[in-house]
Amino acid sequence: MSATGTTTASERTATTAGRASGARPPRGRRATHGRPRRSTTLTVVMTLFLVYSLLPLAWLFINSTKTQDALLGSFGLWFSGDFALFSNIADTLAYDDGIFVRWLLNTVLYVVVGAGGATVLATAAGYGLAKFDFPGKRAVFAIVLGAVAVPGTALAVPTFLMFSELGLTNTIWAVIIPSLISPFGLYLMWVYAQDAIPTELLEAARMDGASELRTFATISVRLLVPGIVTVLLFAVVATWNNYFLPLIMLNDPALYPLTIGLNNWNLQATGVGSTPIFNLVITGSLLTIVPIVVIFLLLQRFWQSGLGAGGVKA
Amino acid sequence: MVLSPHRVDVNIPWAPKRRTEKVMTTQSPVVPASTAVPSARRRPPSTGRRGRFAGWGFVAPFMVVFALVFITPLVYSIYLSFFRTRLVGGTSFVGIENYLRAFSDAQFWESAGRVVLVLAVQVPVMLVLALVAALAIDSARLHASGFFRIVIFLPYAVPAVVAALMWGFMYSPRLGLAGNINDFVGAQVLLPLAPEWLLLSIGNIVTWEFLGYNMLIFYAALRTVPTEIYEAAALDGAGQFRIVTGIKIPALRPAIVIATIFSIIGTFQLFNEPNILRSIAPNVISTFYTPNMYAYNLSFTGQQINYAATVAIIMGVITAVIAYVVQLRGTRSDVR
Repeated sequence: MSATGTTTASERTATTAGRASGARPPRGRRATHGRPRRSTTLTVVMTLFLVYSLLPLAWLFINSTKTQDALLGSFGLWFSGDFALFSNIADTLAYDDGIFVRWLLNTVLYVVVGAGGATVLATAAGYGLAKFDFPGKRAVFAIVLGAVAVPGTALAVPTFLMFSELGLTNTIWAVIIPSLISPFGLYLMWVYAQDAIPTELLEAARMDGASELRTFATISVRLLVPGIVTVLLFAVVATWNNYFLPLIMLNDPALYPLTIGLNNWNLQATGVGSTPIFNLVITGSLLTIVPIVVIFLLLQRFWQSGLGAGGVKA
Repeated sequence: MVLSPHRVDVNIPWAPKRRTEKVMTTQSPVVPASTAVPSARRRPPSTGRRGRFAGWGFVAPFMVVFALVFITPLVYSIYLSFFRTRLVGGTSFVGIENYLRAFSDAQFWESAGRVVLVLAVQVPVMLVLALVAALAIDSARLHASGFFRIVIFLPYAVPAVVAALMWGFMYSPRLGLAGNINDFVGAQVLLPLAPEWLLLSIGNIVTWEFLGYNMLIFYAALRTVPTEIYEAAALDGAGQFRIVTGIKIPALRPAIVIATIFSIIGTFQLFNEPNILRSIAPNVISTFYTPNMYAYNLSFTGQQINYAATVAIIMGVITAVIAYVVQLRGTRSDVR
């Protein structure tokens, strides 16, 4: 326990969540007492951070509205020529018999099964570690935490060789199975479950004769929801953005996720003697980030509070 | 720990009332409350052989998949690193020969040196910027701080592939901003893809991707500092600067340690950004630009899987050692 151990996770959650949804926690009130005034200078300085964060995204949007000719011959940060966004989107979706749509569906499949499975496994395991004593628990900790320090990509080559022995390479399972493990998710759930579920509650359920699984499914899961959503979001982002794993595991374009497909288009665009399709690469990139950004914005209340719990204990 | 039924009731106000009552009613008729109930509570009913292993039921599914995708490949790659496969003669045990080769391999050390340079320059810059952003957003002196927080975090959601493609386009002299600026000035002042600038350009992409993520880790830690401490400090006449250096930064120490460790691991694995930029700067980015690219190219284009495994293991060990040292130094004076 750190020095901040006196505040419980639920209190912290409430604070951060309340903050995000606009409610004023006690600290905000200091401003109304007039002590730290809102500073225009600070706001202006921080605007530099905003510009930096938004610049490439603005560039991407602006340039996805240009035709290929305008793309090559105009200033990057302003609109030029016809507003071609919709025809670019249509071209992106139709190119090569609609392979982009295929990649999008593949990505969704990898995300739903991979990230969904990762969340289920991490939630159960984090709960088990936080709320039970069992032989070998310390060893589980040591192994999982130790493994986090090993570069994931260091395992890529042997994983590839193993999967190829098992006949799994170039199948969807080559991408899904490794995505099922999220050590960060396990860690976050462990920290979160420790504070979110009172041990007395579990004991009461046991006295009632409820099985451990039933207690977990009916009581504990409900208390863990903010943590679960956080783990799910980070797993979704990791799977949606995964590049290295599918790069080594797949060579059939019909199985590619968006990231690999986009880079292949990019290679085609820059390759010697090929047809450049810069406008498709740019529009495809825009279409790739829109869903994930929307998910993040919609669920920000959850991940901000969930990450708060994890970051603090670290 | 002896828990009376009343204690249970007090501690969990949101637990259904019915449930607690039921606990008492089912228990009391059967056994004398004074003796049996506390002992039953000290050792919950499930503490038999089944109970001792109940935790494993929740942890086992994770551990099975973990063993398959983490531990087995790790053991396998250690095994591979002690062998060599030749076209003629097949696979043979070579002891530590692969390791000796790596230690005298100029390409390997060049790539390792490059990520160490990134670690020494890019990581501190990124973490300091993230710290500044977190302190500013936490300071209550910023207009629309919630908006700043979400926008600065946004790049984290962008796939590394898209980030590298976007910045790559912006860097490129053909259709990029760099080209626009050079045309405007009338001289080649901005050459992000030139050999001397490329590493910096890659560092910029990585900073852009992870600045907000680290900012959020710091911000979350700042939110847990009790307000009363600031108020007491202010009453004692401490200025904002003193509060930041005296209270906030020490409170952030564990968060800084964890962010540093994540950054070390991420930097040593640098792969996506240089590998994608390679298509627009093929003459600058070699096949051994980072250790990870080296291992990848050794195994997938060079067919040297044993040596690739060796390179990966050496980098893994270096990463783990540095992360461990940071952890030790960072938590030295902690309560924990």
